[in-house]
Amino acid sequence: MSKTETTEQRDGLGDAGEQLSTAPREETDGVLGGPTLGVVGWIRWFWRQLTSMRVALILLFLLSLGAVPGSLIPQTSADEFKVADFKKAHETLAPLYEKLQLFDVYSSVWFSAIYILLFVSLIGCIVPRTWQFVGQLRGLPPGAPKRLTRLPAYTTWRTGASPEEVREAALGVLKGRRFRTRAAGDAVAAEKGYLREAGNLLFHIALIVMLVAFAWGQLFKSEGGKLVVEGDGFSNTLTQYDDFKSGSQFAVDELEPFSFTLDSFTGTYETSGPQTGTPRTFEAAVTYTRGGGKDEKAVIRVNEPLKLGDSKVYLIAHGYAPVVTVRDRDGKVVFTGAVPLLPIDNNLTSSGAIKVMDGYRDKNGEKQQLGFKAFFVPTFAGAGKGSMFSQFPALVDPVMALTGYHGSLGVDSGLPQNVYQLDTTKMKQFEVEGGTGVAQRLAPGQTMTLPDGAGSITFEKDIKEWASFQVTQQPGNGLALAGAIAAIAGLTGSLFIQRRRVWVRAVRGEDGTTVVEMAGLGRSESTKLPEELADLAVALTATAPPAPEPAEAEASEGVEK
Amino acid sequence: MILAAQTNEGLAQLSNELVYASMAVYTLAFLAHIAEWVLGSRSKVGRTAAALTGTKTEAAPATVTVRVKQAGGGTAVIEKPKVVTRSAAGTRDVPDGPGAAGGTVKGDLYGRIAVSLTVLAFALEAAGVIARAISVQRAPWGNMYEFSTTFSTVAVGTYLGFLLAKKNVRWIGLPLVTTVLLDLGLATTWLYTESDQLVPALDSYWLWIHVSTAIFCGAVFYLGAVATLLYLFRDSYENKLATGGKPGAFARSVMERLPSAASLDKFSYRVNAAIFPLWTFTIIAGAIWAGDAWGRYWGWDAKEVWSFITWVGYAAYLHARATAGWKGRKAAYIALIAFGCFLFNYYGVNIFVSSKHSYAGV
Ligand code: HEM
Repeated sequence: MSKTETTEQRDGLGDAGEQLSTAPREETDGVLGGPTLGVVGWIRWFWRQLTSMRVALILLFLLSLGAVPGSLIPQTSADEFKVADFKKAHETLAPLYEKLQLFDVYSSVWFSAIYILLFVSLIGCIVPRTWQFVGQLRGLPPGAPKRLTRLPAYTTWRTGASPEEVREAALGVLKGRRFRTRAAGDAVAAEKGYLREAGNLLFHIALIVMLVAFAWGQLFKSEGGKLVVEGDGFSNTLTQYDDFKSGSQFAVDELEPFSFTLDSFTGTYETSGPQTGTPRTFEAAVTYTRGGGKDEKAVIRVNEPLKLGDSKVYLIAHGYAPVVTVRDRDGKVVFTGAVPLLPIDNNLTSSGAIKVMDGYRDKNGEKQQLGFKAFFVPTFAGAGKGSMFSQFPALVDPVMALTGYHGSLGVDSGLPQNVYQLDTTKMKQFEVEGGTGVAQRLAPGQTMTLPDGAGSITFEKDIKEWASFQVTQQPGNGLALAGAIAAIAGLTGSLFIQRRRVWVRAVRGEDGTTVVEMAGLGRSESTKLPEELADLAVALTATAPPAPEPAEAEASEGVEK
Repeated sequence: MILAAQTNEGLAQLSNELVYASMAVYTLAFLAHIAEWVLGSRSKVGRTAAALTGTKTEAAPATVTVRVKQAGGGTAVIEKPKVVTRSAAGTRDVPDGPGAAGGTVKGDLYGRIAVSLTVLAFALEAAGVIARAISVQRAPWGNMYEFSTTFSTVAVGTYLGFLLAKKNVRWIGLPLVTTVLLDLGLATTWLYTESDQLVPALDSYWLWIHVSTAIFCGAVFYLGAVATLLYLFRDSYENKLATGGKPGAFARSVMERLPSAASLDKFSYRVNAAIFPLWTFTIIAGAIWAGDAWGRYWGWDAKEVWSFITWVGYAAYLHARATAGWKGRKAAYIALIAFGCFLFNYYGVNIFVSSKHSYAGV
């Protein structure tokens, strides 16, 4: 039904009804058949398919469909540990998922294929549309269709003014309203709203700009993490990072030269109500210098990274670093320092390891290494309360439980070691007198004495906090933002501006008066068109006042040429 | 510092009471709407069938009133030309239904009562949202409870705005009030969260920009989705009539009173298209915020993925409307899927998927 009416309308409107947009013309036939013309014919056919609206639509569909699994299945890029857990839990599915690259959806071959095809299609679409649009801008509005009555908005009246006068006035009125106009035969043709098409093209081009910016950023970006204890510093060189990732085109000498010291970290938490313990503020006060310049102070907050040239320093996490001192049997200090511990719950119950690598000799004077498993709570529930877990994230009643080991830490084995974990395979546990079983709970200032005169470890009163930072350097952000702004601007123009055509025809009728016909054509959504046409008609009646109607019937039917 | 801004318990309590009061009034509005539909059905309306099967008249002339200011002041009486409109190719020339009241005086009375009650309920709910905002001294959208109450307030506000602008939208009244009641029911039971401060990650001025536009987009997309759904019903009804089918009395009574399929389609297109740039902006604002908070502006987090899917869904809808063979019903299905993605992004992602955005408890 719709097809026949469309062709009917097209027949009635001729050239004028088309090209109200630069959308590629649909080829309804041949979609399934394909050409019979050999390789070149096939390539051309394929290209035409790829750049058609229909295929663009299908690719858009595929793109959104393809994005779904990545939101439901753990992704390596977001959380490697979750992926590992998932693989353990689903032994049969995991290999299949792995083959389908479902743990790396957004960098997978098939996802890339979809968006690359879409963007090829987009470019293949934009280029001809731009030429077509330039052609439309250079040309003039198409002449009036034969039968104006067929257009979506139509009006007519008779007037005493001559056809020439009416056409002259129509040109004036339309030009006054910033229509592009031309006189064509017995009618005036006008068009307005070219910005719609311009906006649409701008939007699609901006999409390409954003994609390029994104790709550029990925290739050249670098991203590293660093844990810093209060009072310690960091300088932006590769060796200082705890972990570091970079894009394939990144070169180490591109790292922005700067360094900073963490002066203090402050966390505040809700102290009452149902959300007790929920964080309220996190602030890291730092002193930084750039390229050997002056010292400057700054505060880094969760939403407020420190911007240093192309790099940004983000506050990512925080925790406690109790200060401990380890002494040997003679009371000589063999280790002292703040030991960062990793939080294991929201109330900052933390665990970690204290490792004394060298300098310690046991009671026989032999070299040995010491290790302690540390379990720390900033707010202790109280002795006998049954829970060693923290009750509140701030330092209200800090307690640390220590378990000591001696032997070899296994750091010389060549295998990379987790600094927060103790490998006790080559170590022996100390028996502790007066401790609860084998571990001992210490309050700040207390000392645990190791048995048989093996020395002691002191939990100092000064408990430090640490903050971890992520330093990212990513070019192309400015370009991506420019693309985004252009996209919104283009989209706004494309969706809010209506492109429409108006024709005014004036011919001498049989009774000697002039028959004025006006018609407007817009896109089907434009509801304002009839009003605009009426406005124009009223403006025109200043020169062409309606003459008394001779016969009702004739007027409403319009005049056919 | 932030901690100084203790939550004001009294105001929070008042806010809860206002929300409950608004639910009561919405319930009354719901009943009044039902009365409007029931009483309105007494009238006989059969214009669609007449338009579809009767002799094809040239399109109904729509006279457009144009006032012309004269130089000397006052408006001149000029003989205005009548503008005849024709529907675009491929659509039927069917007049809009008379609305829920069906042109009856009694139905109309109840309809007006329903709208007045909706205005009152809206005022109560808005006051509740504002009281909550003052009680915590921040934007009232830090958790799902607040998001839901603000969301329905904005949806109703937008609807009332359309009414105020004299748009023909009263047919949305009943479905809207029904879903608002559902939304508030969910919010006050499952999603309820005590009023409180924000976690640091949410404490940013981007919260104002990004979340407020997201809520507004959601509310408008929702109105668009209602219109799309009704379009599908009404379109099947018209199709059935056009092919000589006989719809049941109930379908006839309800469908006859809705606007024509063409009008509903046009309405949903305009609503969806008008809000799409703002949705684009919302995503970009979110990306900028993520860049500040997490160190990357796009990380394929579940919430980001579903915003993107929603965005591509609506882009596909707009494309479909410009593609031959996809206009009409197929495009409408795409619009509904896109809205489904929006809903999933809001409820589904917060509840079922672990995401960086699952904050502040549910
Ligand atoms: C990256 C993928 C794309 C996205 C996100 C996208 C998005 C959009 C959006 C949102 C619109 C609505 C604006 C309007 O209706 O005026 C639009 C319109 C349009 N797009 Fe795309 N587009 C994409 C790719 C393409 C491709 C590949 C083509 C070419 C085949 C294309 C051709 C068009 C045309 C012709 C219009 C104007 C339709 C009309 O006149 O209403 N787009 N696009």
